[in-house]
Order: sequence, then structure tokens, then C-alpha cells
Amino acid sequence: MSRFIVFAPLALFLALAVYFAVGLREDPTDIPSQLIDAPLPEFDLPPIEGFDQGLSSADLTGEVVLLNYFGSWCPPCLVEHPMLMLIARSGEVPIYGIDWRDPPGAGTAWLQRHGNPYTRIGDDASGRLAIEFGITGAPETFVIDRAGRVRYRHVGVITPDVWRQTLRPMIEALREE
Amino acid sequence: MMRFSLILLALLISLSAQALARPGPDEIMDDPELEARAMVLYRQLRCVVCQSQSIGDSNADLASDMRVVVRERLLAGDSDAEVRAYLQQRYGDYVLMLPPVQANTLVLWGFPIVLLLFAGGLAFFFVRRQDQAGETELSPEEEAQLAALKREEGLE
Repeated sequence: MSRFIVFAPLALFLALAVYFAVGLREDPTDIPSQLIDAPLPEFDLPPIEGFDQGLSSADLTGEVVLLNYFGSWCPPCLVEHPMLMLIARSGEVPIYGIDWRDPPGAGTAWLQRHGNPYTRIGDDASGRLAIEFGITGAPETFVIDRAGRVRYRHVGVITPDVWRQTLRPMIEALREE
Repeated sequence: MMRFSLILLALLISLSAQALARPGPDEIMDDPELEARAMVLYRQLRCVVCQSQSIGDSNADLASDMRVVVRERLLAGDSDAEVRAYLQQRYGDYVLMLPPVQANTLVLWGFPIVLLLFAGGLAFFFVRRQDQAGETELSPEEEAQLAALKREEGLE
């Protein structure tokens, strides 16, 4: 009996070492979205400067769409931007944008300089709606189905791989529903 | 004197660090009772972009937005639990600084208790064995050795 107890601390140490080694590999910024399969939060955002139309939750129902949170202050959004332009030009899926925490005119200037991939853009200058969406950082992209439910959330840049391997197949599957 | 000034210095540094992390004066609520509740809630809610800081400790924009929501909910008449639930619904359990006790946190909460029982049990067995060992008689050889040692020291 006591022979085994001598080894217990070692066994405990090994178990903890394995546990922490696995834990260290996980990305702590990857917080699961609470919105999956839930209806979109109701909202009605004003347009950003220079645009006539804002964005409301009603605009996002009826077909499968992407909803992208961005900001002109956000470097990864600039990295992601050419990919969004490519998707928009291909016409495969409409992309709706929400300009997050930008001072007046900053989002418009940014889109003029880099191009506008968005069908419609809403202005979330206060960041209040971002909390309804559980946003932790831009860019974040939601896949929304015909019924206006959130089906998937992608945190971070949409790389060509993410588009080809995750988003596009998912959009095609959702269209079949 | 030296020690006193060192303590004073440490105190000043920690105080100034706290002062820096405090939300700006524009965020103080008119009702002191609500403000006191808000201050407690700020410490109980995690800033989701800063990992290990509460929204009361963080200067991040998102933390500031979350404090706005806390005040908004308090003004709307929510209880403290309802304010926490509001953000938990949007950001998940992660937003709570104190994880709730539930199936997937059982190990987290239970492990310290298990460890304490295990270590306590081990200590109990060890001490009891020591006690029992103390009660046993010396063998004749040990008695002879002890007598020899005592003679050597001139104790007998």
C-alpha cells in the first residue's frame, strides 16, 4: 500500500503536466459564440457618413449572408479586406458590414481608399451593438441563414483557406436547406 | 525610518496604479448606491479582450463599453444577478470572473478539495505511524547500545 502512495505525487505531477501542456496549446482568445443557432439581435443602425442606407436586422433575412464587423482603426481588417473584395466581386454571397467604434467619417475614408465590399453598412460608433453580438475584437464574421439565425462565427481574418475550406462550403450547404 | 519610507513608497506606487486603472470621472453614476453596485459588478466581470483583468481594471475600449452596459442595466432596474446574466448570455461563462459551479467546472472546483483530503489523509497516516513507532519498546540490542553510549558519556 505505502509503496504505491510514494509514487502518488509523481503520478499527480505527470497528470497535471499533461493537462497544462494541452491547455497551453489552446488559444485563450477563442471564446465560443453564444449566438450560434440563435436569432440575430434586433438592431437598426444609421448609415456611416456619405451613405444613404444604414443596416437593420431585417436587411439580413431572406438569404444566406455574411455579416462582418470591421473598423478603420483595425490592422487585421486591412489584411482581410482584399479577401472580402474578392468575395464581393465573385458575387457568391452578399457581405454586410458594421463599422465598429469609428469616429465620424473614418470608416467612409477607409472604404474610399481600399474599396467597398459591403452591400450595406451600419454604423456602430458607440460599440453598444457589438456587445449584443458578443464581439471580442475586429474583424469578426457571422454566417447568417435565410431565417436570420447566426449559424457560424469566424474570429479574425478570413484567409483564402478559411474561405475555401470553411465559409464557402457552409454557405453552399445553408443554401440547400 | 528606511523601512517606513519603503513601505510608503510601495503604497504610493500601488495606489497610483489603481488610480490609473479606475474608470474615468465621466463614468460615475449620479446615484451613489447604484455607483457602489456598479463598482462591485465591474470587479466580477471579465474584460474579454484582456484575458485576466476585470472590466473595472481595464482601460480597453471594450471594457469601457461593457461598463456602459453595466450602468445601463442598473439604471433599467436590473438586479446584480440580472446584470451578470445579461453579459453571460452574450459572452458566455467566460465573462464571469468567478466560474459558476456546473458539470464542466466540477474538476476546477472539486480538485482543491480532493487534494486537501488526499494530503490530509496522507499526513494523518504519517503522523499516526510516527506515534505508533514511538510506543514500541527498544530491542535488547538497542538497550545494550544505549547503555554503552551512556557509559561512554559518563552518564551512568
